[in-house]
Amino acid sequence: MSSIPAKHRLRNRIWQQRYLLILTLPVVLWMIVFNYIPMYGLIIAFQEYTPFQGFIHSPWLGFGNFRELFADPTFRDSLYNTFKISIAKLVFGFPAPIILALLLNELVFKRFKRIVQSLTYLPYFVSWVLVVGFMYTLLDPDTGVISKLLVNLGIIGSDTMLMGDSHSFLVLVVFTEIWKNIGWNSIIYLAAIAGIDPQLYEAAVVDGANRFRRVWHITLPALKPTIIILLILSIGGLVNSNFDQMFMMQNSLTQDAANVLSVYSYKMGLVAGRFSYGTAIGLFQSIVAFVLMYIANFTSNKITKESLF
Amino acid sequence: MLTHSRSLGSRAFDVFNIILMLALCLITLYPFYNILITSFNDPADAARGGITFWPRVFSIDNYRIVFQDENMLRAFIVTLARTILGTATAVLFTGAFAYGISKTELVGRRVFLIMAIVTMYFSGGIIPYYLVVAKYLHLKGHFLVYIIPNLFNVFNAIIMLTFFKALPKEIEESAKIDGANDLRIFFQLVLPVSKPVLATIALYNAVFHWNSWYDAMLFGGDKLLTLQQILMQIISSNSNVSQLASQLGYGAVSAASLKLATMVITTLPIVFTYPFVQKYFVQGVMIGSVKG
Repeated sequence: MSSIPAKHRLRNRIWQQRYLLILTLPVVLWMIVFNYIPMYGLIIAFQEYTPFQGFIHSPWLGFGNFRELFADPTFRDSLYNTFKISIAKLVFGFPAPIILALLLNELVFKRFKRIVQSLTYLPYFVSWVLVVGFMYTLLDPDTGVISKLLVNLGIIGSDTMLMGDSHSFLVLVVFTEIWKNIGWNSIIYLAAIAGIDPQLYEAAVVDGANRFRRVWHITLPALKPTIIILLILSIGGLVNSNFDQMFMMQNSLTQDAANVLSVYSYKMGLVAGRFSYGTAIGLFQSIVAFVLMYIANFTSNKITKESLF
Repeated sequence: MLTHSRSLGSRAFDVFNIILMLALCLITLYPFYNILITSFNDPADAARGGITFWPRVFSIDNYRIVFQDENMLRAFIVTLARTILGTATAVLFTGAFAYGISKTELVGRRVFLIMAIVTMYFSGGIIPYYLVVAKYLHLKGHFLVYIIPNLFNVFNAIIMLTFFKALPKEIEESAKIDGANDLRIFFQLVLPVSKPVLATIALYNAVFHWNSWYDAMLFGGDKLLTLQQILMQIISSNSNVSQLASQLGYGAVSAASLKLATMVITTLPIVFTYPFVQKYFVQGVMIGSVKG
């Protein structure tokens, strides 16, 4: 019988908070429709989905799609490409904004620092469609200014079509990724640097530490937690290569090099209409991403005592 | 202010650093500049290449063709409409949720919060999402497909939540004593003092909508083309441009030059508003990173 007052209390609270709930519940409903029903829809990875039968009534296949997947050479290529591109981006792209933040912090003229900062954020706000459009224009073998420059410097031959060359593909992918994001990604490091107690530096100057040693012994250790958290997230993201970039940079000549998991999933699922097979690729990708992030987090927790969760 | 030891090595490093940063600025800005000047060059002349610092033969032919194209005009209207409408609704919708969640006494708060956080790590992926939007909600080919699926963004909600939590409680409490309900407090008291965070979130949404092509490709169809999608089509296959050009009787026009004008038109709003709104963009990262 004691549950009745509790129920009453709940009903009262709901009534008292009715206006707050009016503000909150639309998004809860939205999340169910646009996040949770699609998550439930992942079950079609274990089905042979047909639009007429839908998520619930399509026939079950068990692990059939996954068996086909692991025997599919195009899938294996896409897995290999995904890791190759992601690791290259991690090795070169991850340290880039840290180095930029350290260099910006060493600039003596603060006004100049602010201008450089603001300018380097700009490419973050244009779409990959535009960035790839820039590339086609600047790297055109006949008219592109950058192509001409590279030919004159003897780096490439005069007939090299950079955008159609699977060897330069990886270099261009990593370079444009850095070009687009270096400034924006440096903000978080600059914010962390701004939070360092200036007395630490003053003490180091008194002790006779030069600039390099101050960066090495004060600035970098202060950035460590930020670096580790972002590194864990990046490792979790190893398996998600940038779809927009890959999709735009692929053409008939770079198709094989640009075949990464997300592009392959899209092509199989939505272009070829094999919804279940495409979903199986996507599900595989999510599971690997989660496992990688978990391992990175666990390792970091053991070694450095820093962790995301 | 810190006193640097003015050793020779230190000064040499300063010079080197300044040169490096200038080079970075050049690498960042030059692609924008090159596209701009080439777009103002005569298209036939531009095909010879070598336009590096200044238009060789000044001409606005590229723009004339683009502005005469009906598809472009329609795409411009669609993009503008989704940017304005999509931004306004998303800020309101996401903000309302964030405000509700910021109240610790809210019934079901923990559940709602966990529901939101789970979506940061797990998703159904693109295909189930496509099936829900296209097959179950029948939003394909409808303008609202640009608005409704983008009403909420969990990362923006967290930025807003952090902001609302930090607001002083006294004003809301005194309004409550005066008999104002939560809706009135939200709209008449909280929103007006939240302009900085609203501006930040509005800008994120506006950039997203202005740049979007993926949902247009999946759900839009011919009548709902966006500017970026047209650009994507032009870039992916130059056949479109030559078709477009020959339709209008500009046979000699080079496909590449027409592409340039479209690129400039889609970039201009971002580049021109950027200096004025840049600080609001950065603010979001700062507020968001407090929470971690």
